[in-house]
Amino acid sequence: MSLLEIKNLNVRFGDANAVPVVDGLSLSVDKGEVLAIVGESGSGKSVTMMALMGLIEAPGIVTADALNFDGKNMLTLSPRQRRQVVGKDMAMVFQDPMTALNPSYTVGFQIEEVLRLHLKMSKKDARKRAIELLEKVEIPAAASRMQAYPHQLSGGMSQRVAIAMAIAAEPKLLIADEPTTALDVTIQAQIMDLLLNLQREQDMALVLITHDLAVVAETAQRVCVMYAGQAVEVGNVPGLFDVPAHPYSEALLAAIPEHSMGAARLATLPGIVPGRYDRPQGCLLSPRCPYVQDTCRQQRPALEPKAHSQVRCFFPLNQEVA
Amino acid sequence: MTVVLTARDLTRHYEVSRGLFKGHAVVRALNGVSFELEAGKTLAVVGESGCGKSTLARALTLIEEPSSGSLKIAGQEVAGANKAERKQLRKDVQMVFQSPYASLNPRQKVGDQLAEPLLINTALSASERREKVQAMMKQVGLRPEHYHRYPHMFSGGQRQRIALARAMMLQPKVLVADEPTSALDVSIQAQVLNLFMDLQQEFNTAYVFISHNLAVVRHVADEVLVMYLGRPVEMGPKEEIYTRPLHPYTQALLSATPTIHPDPLKPKIKIAGELPNPLNPPSGCAFHKRCAYATEFCSTHEPSLRVLDNRQVACHHAELFLQA
Repeated sequence: MSLLEIKNLNVRFGDANAVPVVDGLSLSVDKGEVLAIVGESGSGKSVTMMALMGLIEAPGIVTADALNFDGKNMLTLSPRQRRQVVGKDMAMVFQDPMTALNPSYTVGFQIEEVLRLHLKMSKKDARKRAIELLEKVEIPAAASRMQAYPHQLSGGMSQRVAIAMAIAAEPKLLIADEPTTALDVTIQAQIMDLLLNLQREQDMALVLITHDLAVVAETAQRVCVMYAGQAVEVGNVPGLFDVPAHPYSEALLAAIPEHSMGAARLATLPGIVPGRYDRPQGCLLSPRCPYVQDTCRQQRPALEPKAHSQVRCFFPLNQEVA
Repeated sequence: MTVVLTARDLTRHYEVSRGLFKGHAVVRALNGVSFELEAGKTLAVVGESGCGKSTLARALTLIEEPSSGSLKIAGQEVAGANKAERKQLRKDVQMVFQSPYASLNPRQKVGDQLAEPLLINTALSASERREKVQAMMKQVGLRPEHYHRYPHMFSGGQRQRIALARAMMLQPKVLVADEPTSALDVSIQAQVLNLFMDLQQEFNTAYVFISHNLAVVRHVADEVLVMYLGRPVEMGPKEEIYTRPLHPYTQALLSATPTIHPDPLKPKIKIAGELPNPLNPPSGCAFHKRCAYATEFCSTHEPSLRVLDNRQVACHHAELFLQA
């Protein structure tokens, strides 16, 4: 049984007729798996994970056929029960380490808080464990850094502290929302390395939300490509990178400068992601898709298993089975 | 080809107060940068935050005076230029900023923002200005009838097009772009990069393209300048730098950049630690504390740029990597 099971998740803001921000998303994550969710801004990748953690507040409406995590139905949990899961079995690392930490408390206090709240540790034990955690995330002179306030740390260091907080209660699932976007390349490499090492060591499942396909190619086992709130392709890495089946996956890959090395121009999709009020009647990609046909303009395709991956397209690409 | 931008030993130091009764500390944000840029070519400046890329941009665009060194724009020396000459120089160097959300005035119609450079620098009539603006809007892929719209009515990619159009209005000789695509999504980034290339071809503008994204740089650049802690560490033609980097920092940067077709056999070069405090830079080579090849000599002697294998590199041990 998978650790996380999402079936037909819908998130809307406003009334029940509002355009969904996440539209019929189904996804599962196994124990110890690294799944990446890729998509451009507004594709619903972060909102999906916020819905899972119960962080969507009114006027947001979350509906789903199933939202099961580790045998619990996250939809029916009371706020009190939810608080016992979130931060303990399921933890999150956010994009901007500078705003994820509380500026008014020392980093030591913030890590100890997790330990005392979720693991009911004594003050003394929590302190000892917090230093261990800081060492684990490779912070030099860990014991002396316990007294530091977040503003005294660099971006990379703050992100390490945020990771230490997230893994403090040894979660089964770690959600990392663009964990390296705010960091420099060499620091990004260090942090990704650290996340993957921790993932292997503790056998956690890791959901990596990112817009950087190159990061996905280097880290994930499976990838879910999202477009305008829908999962358009779910497949294995590196399979999806070699033979993308959805025209959007293909276009995303082609838009990376690395892909069209030596070419004078980059391949692009014309236009922009459809907004709230101009969503097409048919396939959401149809106004921008180079392979569009009449069927695509009239009907919305469903996510179906195809040759290499699950694809939401009437005319998927690269379907020859090698 | 005509050289449009020449920098010689460009240096910018800042004095930072350390508190009452203490002397000022000096941050050497930019330390001896020299290059030449020809019309229609692109120099890419890469490096991590705090390496002096943006200080260089500010010096090139005359926003800030360099502390020492010489800067020539289209043959005209910047230091010692009088007010009228400066006005002309400013026309020749334009800038595109990182965030298209912050660089456009939210209270001014985009048409007016695009017309402003013309209003200040030319004697064109209102209708001529409008005509020029609408022609430029068409050229960057915006609809001319959006002249009366405000910036909030455009998406991020469209706003960056507006910012680029504004910079190109006066057909400058040099365009300085400071991380112009890092706030954009990949597919929009590709559109904007294409536009950059198209405009360069059309107007034969020289670009100084500042970025931390090495994949983007590889696409746009002719020459690459790698900086570390205010100093140039390697500079040369793009292909040379990407195929055989001779400075350990360049090697680490290239290796740390994720790729879509990772080679499992090629181990990543890891550099430990973080950027040193610019107030208190290490002695000798600024990189020696994080460098795997550092020797005793590196910690005492500061390497200077020297020519090696068709490029300039500032490393005592660069010959080591020639055979590899």
